[in-house]
This record gives sequence, C-alpha cells and structure tokens, in this order.
Amino acid sequence: MVTHDSGGHHHPPTSFIRKYIFSTDHKVIGLQYYFLALFSVFLGMALSMLMRIHLVWPSAKMPFTPGGQMTPEQYLALMTMHGSIMVFMVLTTAPQSGFGNYALPIQIGAEDMAFPVLNMLSFWTTLLSLIVLVSAFFVNGGAPISGWTAYPPLSALGQIAGPGQGAGQTLWVVGVAIFCIGSLLGALNFITTTVDLRAKGMTLGRMPLTVWAWLVTAILGLLAFGVLLAACLLLLLDRIAGTSFFIPGGLVVTDTPIVSHTGGSPLLWQHLFWFFGHPEVYIAILPGMGVASHVLSTFSRKPVFGYKAMVGALGAIGFLGFCVWGHHMFISGMSPYSAFAFSLLTMTIGVPSAIKTFNWLGTLWGGRIQFTTAMMFGLGFVSLFVTGGLSGLFLAQPSIDLYLHDTYFVVAHFHLIMGVAAIFGIFAATYFWFPKMFGRMLNETIGKVHFWFTFVGVYSIFMPMHFLGLAGHPRRYADTTGVNFLGPLHSVHYFITLAAMITISAQLIFLFNFFYSMKAGQKASENPWNATTLEWSIPSPPPFDNFAGRIPVVYRGPYEFSVPGATDDYIPQHLTPERVGKAH
Amino acid sequence: MPGTITDEIEIIDAGRGGGTNVPAGGDDDGEGSFGSPGIPQRAYFTVIQLGLAGIIMFFMALTSSFLVRKGLGNDWVAFNFPRILWLNTLILLASSITIQIARRHLREDEKAAFKRWWSVTTSLGILFLAGQFIAWRQLARQGVFLVTNPSSSFFYVLTAAHGLHLFGGILALVYVSHRSWRRSRVSQATATDVASIYWHCMDGLWVFLFALLYLGR
Amino acid sequence: MMSSLWLFGAESAWRVDTRRPSTRADHLIRVVAANRPEWRKMRRKSGEQGSAAVAFTLATFLVIFTVVTVYLFLAKIWWFPPAISDFGAQIDAQFHRTLIITGIVFVLAQLGLALAIFRSRDRGQKASFFEGNAVIEFIWTLATVIMFVGLGLYGEHAWAEAHFQGAARGALQLEVTGQQFAWNFRYAGPDGKFGGTKPELVSASSGNPLGLDPRDPASKDDVVSPVAYVPVGQEVELLIKTQDVTHSFYVRELRLKQDAVPGMTIHMHFNATVPGEYELACAELCGLGHYRMRSFVSVVSRDEFDKWMGDQEAALQQQ
Repeated sequence: MVTHDSGGHHHPPTSFIRKYIFSTDHKVIGLQYYFLALFSVFLGMALSMLMRIHLVWPSAKMPFTPGGQMTPEQYLALMTMHGSIMVFMVLTTAPQSGFGNYALPIQIGAEDMAFPVLNMLSFWTTLLSLIVLVSAFFVNGGAPISGWTAYPPLSALGQIAGPGQGAGQTLWVVGVAIFCIGSLLGALNFITTTVDLRAKGMTLGRMPLTVWAWLVTAILGLLAFGVLLAACLLLLLDRIAGTSFFIPGGLVVTDTPIVSHTGGSPLLWQHLFWFFGHPEVYIAILPGMGVASHVLSTFSRKPVFGYKAMVGALGAIGFLGFCVWGHHMFISGMSPYSAFAFSLLTMTIGVPSAIKTFNWLGTLWGGRIQFTTAMMFGLGFVSLFVTGGLSGLFLAQPSIDLYLHDTYFVVAHFHLIMGVAAIFGIFAATYFWFPKMFGRMLNETIGKVHFWFTFVGVYSIFMPMHFLGLAGHPRRYADTTGVNFLGPLHSVHYFITLAAMITISAQLIFLFNFFYSMKAGQKASENPWNATTLEWSIPSPPPFDNFAGRIPVVYRGPYEFSVPGATDDYIPQHLTPERVGKAH
Repeated sequence: MPGTITDEIEIIDAGRGGGTNVPAGGDDDGEGSFGSPGIPQRAYFTVIQLGLAGIIMFFMALTSSFLVRKGLGNDWVAFNFPRILWLNTLILLASSITIQIARRHLREDEKAAFKRWWSVTTSLGILFLAGQFIAWRQLARQGVFLVTNPSSSFFYVLTAAHGLHLFGGILALVYVSHRSWRRSRVSQATATDVASIYWHCMDGLWVFLFALLYLGR
Repeated sequence: MMSSLWLFGAESAWRVDTRRPSTRADHLIRVVAANRPEWRKMRRKSGEQGSAAVAFTLATFLVIFTVVTVYLFLAKIWWFPPAISDFGAQIDAQFHRTLIITGIVFVLAQLGLALAIFRSRDRGQKASFFEGNAVIEFIWTLATVIMFVGLGLYGEHAWAEAHFQGAARGALQLEVTGQQFAWNFRYAGPDGKFGGTKPELVSASSGNPLGLDPRDPASKDDVVSPVAYVPVGQEVELLIKTQDVTHSFYVRELRLKQDAVPGMTIHMHFNATVPGEYELACAELCGLGHYRMRSFVSVVSRDEFDKWMGDQEAALQQQ
C-alpha cells in the first residue's frame, strides 16, 4: 500500500468514558447511532405489533392497559409513536448517521470527520431527542394521537382535542425540534468532510456511490431540517404561549368555543411540514440506494452500470425532492392549480428512479453474482424499490389520489419504499460492513434464514395493504368495526397480522446473529469480500485513526471489478498502477 | 488581500480542488501543529457557509410563514414600530465596519489594534442586543405582547431567533479574542475570518428582517 | 498434479469453481482456499448449497411473487365499489391506464431482476466488463419521461373537472360540517339561503350542532340532518366545513375525498346517477373517534327526495 505521512497523529483516548461514551471517534459515534437505531427499531416494531393485534382482536387483553383492552386513543398513540420513532430515530439515523459516520471518512481516506466534537454533540443531541420523544408515553394523558405529521389544530389545541394532546404532544414537538438540531449539526459535518477531507486522488468521480448518497442526503438534511425546526417552534408557541399561527378563529371543540385564537392557517403547517417531509423521504432512502449500488457491484464482480447516471440520478432525486411537497396535499384544500404542477414534477421523479433501477439491473447483467447475505438484501432492495416506487405513480396523480389518499394504499406505498426498502439497505450495509466494524463475520447461514423470513414477510405484510386501500379502507383507524364497508376486509387484516407476527419474530434471528457473531463469529480478514474501496485496505476493526497515520493515495475509481487484463477480479482503489496485475 | 467576504469565498472555491486534477489532501495546508489531525483550514470556511445555508433556510421558513399568515388572515393589525430599531440597525451596520477594521489590523500584524477594534465590535453586538431588548420593553409597555396579534407574534419570534443567532456570534467573537492559538487546529486568521463571515451574515440577515418587519407590519 | 496447480493457481485463484463436483485433489482446494473470500469458506463449512440453488430460489420467488400480484390485481377480490357518477368512471379509467403501465413496468422489472439473478449467477465464469451504455441509458430515460409525464398529463382531465369547473347552475346546495366525531348536513330550505351560525350557540346535546342563529330569519327553514339525501341525477354542490379539527369527506362510490379544513369552506360537486345508500367515512385523522366518524349519503329518486325534504320541513315547523 502506497501511502504518505499525514503529519500529525491522533492519540487514542485511554479511559473507558472517553473511548466508548463521550467518544469523538467517528467509528464509535457511528456505532452509537447504530445501536440507538437498533433499540428504536425494535421499540417501533413492538408498537406496530400491538397495533396489528388490536386491529384483528380488538378485545385482546394488553398488559399495559388498565381496563384490559386497548382504547382508540392508545391505538393512535402507538401509531403516532411508531411513525415518529421509525422515521426519525431509525430511517434517518441508521443509514445516514450510523453507517455514514462509520464508513464515509474511511471511504474517502480521512482520519475522522472534520469536526469530531461537533459529531459527538450531534449524537448526544439525537439521543436526548429520543429520550424526550419516548418520555411522552409516561406523562399524564400519554403519547400524542395526531400521527407523525401532527396536523394542527388537532396537534395545537391541547388536551381538549383529545388524550395525549396535552403534555405528550408538547414533548413530541420538543423532541422533534431537538432532533432537527442534531441532524443539522450532523449534516454540516458530513458535507464538510466530503468536500474538504478527501485523500489525495479521491476525486469526485472516484467517490463510492455510498459517499455520493450520504453527501446528497446531508445536503437534503441541511436544507430541510431548518424548516421543520421553524415549524416546530411556531407549533410550540401555538400550544404553550397562545399564539395563532396555525389555529383559526371560531372553532368549537365538543361544544366549547375556542375564543383565544383567531386567523391561523392549518395549511401553513402542512406546507412547512411537507417541505421538510418530502426530502425526509429521500433522506431515508438515498443512503439505501448508495449501499445497494455498492453491494450489487461488489458481489456481481462488475462495475456499477452508468456511474455518472447514478450520481446524476441521486442529485436529480434530491433536487426534485424539494419541488414536490404539495403532492401530500392534493385533497387538503390547497390551490387545485398548484396540484397540477406538483403532480407533473412528482411524475418526473419517476425518471431518475427508473434510471437507478435500470442501472442496477445493468450492473447485475453479465456479472458473476455471489449470493452473500448482504447481496441478497441488496437484491431485495431493488425488488422492493420497484414495487414501492410504482405505487407512487398512482398517488402522484391528483385525480387518482382523490380516491386513494389517506387509505391503506398510501400505507403500503410508503412502507415499501421508505420503510422496508430503506431497512433492506440498512441490512445490506450491516451484513456488508459488520466484519469491518467488529472484526468478525456475521453467520451467513443464519443471515440467509433471516433474509428469507424478512423478504417474504414484508411482502406478505405490505402487498395486501394495497388491496385494503383499493377497497377504500382509510388509514389510522383504531378499529374496523366503526364503518360498515370495512367488514369484508377483516380476513385481509388477519393475514397481515399473522405475517407481521412471523416477520417481527424473525428479527430476533438477526438480533441473535448480531450479538452471537460479535462475540463468536469467524474472524474477518482485512478484505473478506474482495472489495475495492478504502475501508477494505485497513485492518478489521480499523485502528483508532483509521490508517495508522498513513493516509492512502487513490489511483482509480471505486468499482474496478473484472477489469480485462488484470490478474484478480478486483483492483483496490489505493493500488498503484505499477502494482496492478501483481499479487496484492 | 483586500478585506471583503467575496475574496474569502473565491479563495474557498479555489481550495475545493477535489474534483479536478489536483486532489484534495488531508495535510496540504502545511499545518504544523503537533498532536492534532490534519484538517485543512478551508474546512472551517466550508462549514460556516453550510451552517449559514441551514440558518437561512430556517429564517426563510419563518419569512414565508410571515407572508402566508399575513396574506391569509384578516386579523393582522399593525403596531407602533419601535423607533429604537433604526438605531439598533445602525449599531449593527457599524459593527460590520469595525470588524473589518479589526481584520485589517490583524493582517498588518497590529495585535493591539486588532484586539481593540474586535472588542469594539463585540461591544456593539452587545449594545444591539440590549437595544433589541429595549424595543421589546417598549412594545410591552404599549400592551403589545407575543400573543396580541400575529404581527407581534412574528415580530417577537423573528427578533428572538435573530437575537439568539447574534448572541452565538458574540460568543464566537469573545472566543476568538480570548483563546490561545498555540496548540489549536484552527489558525487565528481562519477563526477571525470565519467569525466575521458569520457576523456579516447576521448583520445582513437583520437588515432583511428589519425590512420585512417594517414593510410587512 | 503440479501442472494443474500451476494452471489454476498461478493465473488466477478465482477462476477455480469450487462448487463444481470436485474431482481435484484436496490439496489443490486447500491452496485455492487460502485466496478465497472468507464467506465462501464459511459457506462450505455450514453446508450451504452452491449459488445455483440460491439463485434459483430467489429467481423463482420473484416470479411467483410477480404472478401472485398480477393475479390479485386481475381477480379484483378486494376492489373499488362500482362508481356512481360519470366523474367516478373517469377516475376509474385513469386508474386502469396507470395500472396497465405500472403493471407492465412491474412485471418487466421483477422478471428482469429474476432473470439477471439466475443468468448471472456465479458459475465460475468471468464477469463481463462494461461500465455503462450511453445509448441504452438515453433511450430508457426518454421512454420513462414520455411514459410517466404523459400519464400524468392524461390524468389531469378528471382533476380539472373536479376542481377547475364550478358546480353546474341550479345545483343543490349541501353544506357538510365535520366535528369530533360526527357529520352534519344542512340544506338551505325554501329560501335558498343558509342562515348564520355562531360558535357560542353550538350545542349538539340541545339539538343545535351547527350553532344556528335563531334570530337570523334565513336560518329558520334550514334543514339540519345527520345523514344526507340527494336526488339522483341532480348536480350537488358541497360546501365542506369543520368546527374543530381537520376532517375529510370521503364517499368511495363518488370517488371524492376532500379535507374539511378549519377556517375554510371548500366547494366540491358531484352528480350521482345510481340510487342507493352510500357510506361516508372520515379520511383525515381527527382524534380518538376518527375510526367511527361516519354517516350516509342516500341517492334517491326526485319524489323520495321531495318527500324526505317535506318531512324535515314539517318537523321544523312543529318546533
């Protein structure tokens, strides 16, 4: 490995607290984020399991409910917290802050993030927001019932609008605002690191697609979270100070006139929220796209098909992501003329998404596919991305949205595309980078079992939801007995709940594999996958400052697999031209 | 080097050579400080620009809320615009001039003069915040509070948010003038420049908000 | 033996397919294994079958999944209720157009993925090397632009009819008001004018859920009902309102959904052509009773409607 001395050296901290708790090492912080997301995802799944049970067996005894069976407000509280925890604490945190923190500096040949202390602050801010958010369960009235979208006036009026809308909703708003700050700090670090800390020779065109994805995601986060922060600030003032940003006058809640507010606009919140909310969808999925491209190329032993088009598509999706927030509001009372524009722009997003799909297939085609678990999840990602993406074409059309909006069709759509597909990206990344992170391999056999349960499981859960939506089943219903036409759909709910039980239980297989392999897995070498990028040029797990003070020089693109004339079917990025063709 | 922000930005752009034939490096800024990882000084310029972009998005969200809320509701009532805000604006504009004077002294290696003018800037910043506080008190005495009317709600929210950001700027100024640069990752020149970029932007942001609040009240 | 070792080992360790039924000597495999990626060593240990089996299973699953999905969309076991207006038929048509196009893309993409997985599985071949193809990329980009944007443009018709055109002249005015957790409908009565309402008069328990102002003469003949009756074939203009939080007016058979936004009155219109009783469900989360916030819209003949309206007016007179 050709290196040049980087001048200064990190000195690894020696105390336990500085090493593992208040660490400024990007790898430790990445793992902290990962474990935060791991905790959150199991919490979020547990909440969804309770919801699924209640939908099918409404009178089932639940351990935490004093009266025995779950009340509608408890269901809605679970629903709100499931959405908030999954979107913020899992989908935003794991792929970007978790894996991005761990792998981005190494992949670009940097010793750490540009601002390690800031990085540590981002994590602790995020943890604080999780604590504040979850504490909403334990206050008087319980967690809020207004969903993760928190539309006012339901979210602004306080306790009078429903249980959980008092202290619980306030904690929710504060928690989300704190999360915004943590994400903004993180985004600053990601972009600066990528722009300024690349090793010699790591030109933009040689950056792995994962790095591109993290970069675009960070830009989205930087521009979007400030808007949500502003919205949360205004909502908080409406709630606790009595301002009227979102609350109009003349409201009557359960025969009680609300006299303290006038003139506010509920739609203003929706505009601010979705201006953040749509880019947020891409914040969740773009890192998954990066990981999928990376993993597909590595295990097809083939370069990524159309690298430049892939980068361009990431950029186009990111840019268009800021122009389409109105498609969440077709039936909200927004100007029908702007719906027109939002619709066409949304259909346009289908184009870069289709480019990515074609290019993934092009990457596989003619390759030499090695079915590692990471690859299986990468392939699953492509399938899920196609399935979840295509239903978006229905919802992007305001006329069809007149029927499908706020039905289970939407639930199916966004779970497949931003939920499960993103989770598959996280799984692919986990199986791929685990050897680097812990120096041991995840067990492949258990991994395959986990994959099959998960892949078949998520399709069994979410495909039937399309049909619930087509039958007109509105979402966020605590019970299916209140409306007559839902009666015949009970069998579908029953099937979904069974599938969810099996799929969620199967995640324990993953948990077992994760902790078992961490302790007793097979030792991993420097480069167990014969991959090309820089993280595979250093020991597993990497030393404190990644390259032991010898920053690599990059000589080639990230996906030089099966290059004609080369001895091996991969050429690492740091290999000098003279050494290509010789053993390395 | 002429002392304007534009020059700074050009230098930073030139420094972003990652995409061209000259690759970016972890150590090519010739930083000699021992015991710290090499991070190029331009990273500080990058991060301040990005941070400002995020801050501007935050204020743009509030601004568009202001315009939407004013356009939609028929309950908008103008209040007596506190006169002292004109004075505050002048103070803040003056601080942008004094910070430039301070930087020029630093470049000419006149440490004492730099310190003096830097402190003048800091004091002007504190004076501005005090003036903003007086403006709040004047409004309160007229009976105009946060919840009185959307116009006053936005006035308090925007001035408070800007005041908080400017307070961050004051902390940065104090930090720059009081820390030792011997074992620092960031050079004094960089820290000074970064702090003044932020300061100028908070100044510009105030002028914008002032115009918005004055014309839109 | 030495010669074969030289043949395979020296040129490229990866060329050796270790999953082929092995007739080679064990020590050769051991030599190759030293250079083999770790996961392969592990797979041999755990007794996993070769990549052909995995590829076949994964590809087969994708094919079965595609077939089942297509079947379910064709079988229409769980589907829209029949539309009861021309407008609803238009939306159904656009839905089917979209379904056909996305269906074709779905089948091609999933089967393409299955084919790529099976065809390009590791059989010991060398992967072909290509980094892209500008012509193909340009063509499929152009194709998707035309397909997706064209589809979007095509669908704007129905939207324009729902929103850009007002209700026809002489439409029946029907005010719909949502509140936690009930719907109320109001007809203007013989004077054709909706009377004034006041928030402080709202009292569902004392029979004035909308807060009608008794001192306004126009409100005297306003008919308020928890269910709606509309004459068949009659254009109806909805004035959608809410008293408290955001609700959403949703009648599946009409293919209409519109949020009721606090502080706004939103106009929609429809013309139902099939008599029947249709369920109205709230489609925007409005609080703990969201799931049971429903009502009915009955489409009846002109005579039945007049009779119902007459009864309502008569009940008003008695009060």
